[in-house]
Amino acid sequence: MDVLDIARWQFGITTVYHFLMVPLTIGLGLLVAVMHTMWVRTGRPEWLRMTRFWGKVYLVNFVLGVATGLVQEFQFGLAWSEYSRFVGDVFGSLLALEALLAFFLESTFLGLWIFGWGRIPKKLHLAALWAAVVGSIVSAYFIIAANSWMQHPVGVAVGADGRPVQVDFLAVLTNNTALAAFSHAIVAALMVAGALLVGVGLWHLRRRKLAAAPDTDVDHAVWRRSVRLGGFVSLAAFVLVAATGDWQGKLMYHQQPLKMSSAEALCETEAPAPLSVFAWAKLGSNECDDVHSWTVPGLLSFLAHWDFSSPVPGVEELQEEYAAVYGETYPDDPSFGDRAGQEIDYTPVLAATYWSFRLMIGMGGVSAGVAAYALWATRRGRVPTSRIGVHGSLLAVGAPFVANAAGWVFTEMGRQPFVVYPNPDVPVDEQVWFFTAQAVSPGISAAEVWTSLVSLGLLYGALAVVELFLLTRLVRRGVTTGDATATPPAVGSSRRDDDQRPDDDRADDDVLSFAY
Amino acid sequence: MDLQTLWFAAVAVLWTGFLLLEGFDFGVAALLPVLGRRGRQGTADRHLMLRTIGPVWDGNEVWLITAAGAVFAAFPGWYATWLPALYLPFVVVLLGLIVRAVAFEWRHQSHDPRWDATWTRVITGGSLVAAAGVGAALGATTLGLPIDGDGTRVGGAFAGLGWSSVLGAAAVVAYSLVHGALFLALKTDGPLRLRARAFALRWSPVGALPLLAWAGLVHLRSGTLVTGVLWLVAALAVVVTWTRVRLDREGQAFAGWATVLLASAATLFGAAYPVVVPSTVSPAFDVTITEASVSDYTLTVMTWVAAVGLPVVLAYQAWTYWVFRRRLTAEPGHETVAA
Repeated sequence: MDVLDIARWQFGITTVYHFLMVPLTIGLGLLVAVMHTMWVRTGRPEWLRMTRFWGKVYLVNFVLGVATGLVQEFQFGLAWSEYSRFVGDVFGSLLALEALLAFFLESTFLGLWIFGWGRIPKKLHLAALWAAVVGSIVSAYFIIAANSWMQHPVGVAVGADGRPVQVDFLAVLTNNTALAAFSHAIVAALMVAGALLVGVGLWHLRRRKLAAAPDTDVDHAVWRRSVRLGGFVSLAAFVLVAATGDWQGKLMYHQQPLKMSSAEALCETEAPAPLSVFAWAKLGSNECDDVHSWTVPGLLSFLAHWDFSSPVPGVEELQEEYAAVYGETYPDDPSFGDRAGQEIDYTPVLAATYWSFRLMIGMGGVSAGVAAYALWATRRGRVPTSRIGVHGSLLAVGAPFVANAAGWVFTEMGRQPFVVYPNPDVPVDEQVWFFTAQAVSPGISAAEVWTSLVSLGLLYGALAVVELFLLTRLVRRGVTTGDATATPPAVGSSRRDDDQRPDDDRADDDVLSFAY
Repeated sequence: MDLQTLWFAAVAVLWTGFLLLEGFDFGVAALLPVLGRRGRQGTADRHLMLRTIGPVWDGNEVWLITAAGAVFAAFPGWYATWLPALYLPFVVVLLGLIVRAVAFEWRHQSHDPRWDATWTRVITGGSLVAAAGVGAALGATTLGLPIDGDGTRVGGAFAGLGWSSVLGAAAVVAYSLVHGALFLALKTDGPLRLRARAFALRWSPVGALPLLAWAGLVHLRSGTLVTGVLWLVAALAVVVTWTRVRLDREGQAFAGWATVLLASAATLFGAAYPVVVPSTVSPAFDVTITEASVSDYTLTVMTWVAAVGLPVVLAYQAWTYWVFRRRLTAEPGHETVAA
């Protein structure tokens, strides 16, 4: 493999890994803030225990997201310096603003929340958590605006040296691609958090019922409320995921038609166009003609254009159109390295786009199904004891993670061979575009990138083991063990906030397990 | 002042802010095995030390992200030259920062002493590696990198590393050690406060030497009268710090030591201006702020956002320091108000 391929693997691995933590941080952060708010408003003990318990899970996960996020900012410069030079006028400012407006908010107020139990007034303490959560969401907005600008560059003109020059910052921030992708990512993050609450909550409810534990105590209320909250959030988020996904899909049919047609393995332009349900191809071939598909007639036209008869362009026509405009071959220029002068394949890897798209939707559906089951099985105070149902729900905690990862693999692999995709809304001579093949840093050697890929890979693997170990242990232990301070003040009590952190050893132990 | 100069100053402020804030948490982390006693008491010492930086280290680290982000945002030509030229050193910095960050949150997830001791060592090691790496990178970008006319590194993977990066690394590590000790003297009470003060008294004259040497070198190469004066201020602040530690005035000592960094960094960046990456191959290949910069439009937009956003950030970050202003002691629940 050459530097370009290794650097692409590195970017893919580190980014997908980072994005395992991100949706849980965003989704669970929001839900913990809701729990904390409910406790402040109602004073009910289960909300405090839920805040504490899910707050710990949130923090263990948050820090790995922060740590792996560092790599993201630096690797644009390290491995993709030509890309960084090319997009500098737009892309860098979005990263800097993300740090200034979001990361400071997130990190500073999270520190205040962790160490603020009993030290600052109750409502201010709650506001600190909300500030941190808002920080996470703002950060998601900026980074998705940056990514969406690569997918659909707006607000720029072509500069003297061929690089994009920013002319309209607001257009970059209100890029329709960004608005759709951001709302899709946020609701997808809520599905991740909802699935976790459901899976863990059901498992504890069942275990307690089999152990004949009372169903009137606070712990029971904790798990029951977790399941109900998680279930409702998951289902509502699934509806929104579908709606925002449809919005994104329709934009994509216009902005990146090759991505969507590859996702459907639609070779020829068809009207009405059928939706593929299952496809198989000759191994190792990226020729569309080698793909065979089971299809539902007309459905793809509907998804793309809201009617059952409109034409949808096929991969082969699009390939020719793109080749006519953007060149049959890469320019014979040293910046393209070994690929200079070679033929350009405008079709993304069909198997990757086709299956990542289906994996995303399928896993989202699994998650919604589990949420519906959980709500049904816990209706009117019931507790399910079905081993398959409960353990299946616990296993399905992974489904929305897979869906999120698959969605990004689809988005990023589907826009190849471009790293900055030409915007079809502007005339060709005013378009900016950049091939992935010319984006990599010219001065670095394959050995260097191998070294970083292997060392980051090994470290990430080890950290994944520790994170899973910690989360599993935390989740198995549940709410009571080591959480003595969760004994709450009575509703309407006049006890001061400081009393939530009494100065005995066990209480300190709990603060320790929360922070230090 | 043109926008490029303004943003050069902004980037300088962000890197300096990072070194000033993260500097003491790097220092505290590096001093864990030094200032903690042996045995059971040592564990309590180390917990106390970690509690002083617990609420703030993550916020401090965001200064690094913002500083690097601002380099990318305002001077992509600098960012795209500097980072790949020092590819492996930057990767090592990242590895250090990653393990350090997770260790902060994960070490208290189990009460097994070995677990705790392991992660505590990881915090120390990761912090030292990160401090040295950032110092090496800054040393190289102020004293020179082997780059050609396209900003591409000439030579192999380690061509970017030389005496200048060793000097930068030594400067940041040595400064941070004393900085961390002074922070502990200011933030704790009891025996640890005394040990931290003794450490600062002994090492503060030495701890600033690499930093002063580095700033002095850059000044001698391309400095002005102003940077010369700033350098003298930095040197003088070392003396002031030492006398303040001797008189047990921790607050003043901390302020003095902060002045050492502020004046040294002002010397460094002031003397380097307007070059952001000097080339050791030929001065004709030096990258300057003009050629590395983005358009005036983008700089204007960022100036407006930063003018509104940065004061707000500074205000709430300062406020959290105020919230956690109490001195900490090893005994839980007996915190004394800061003097």
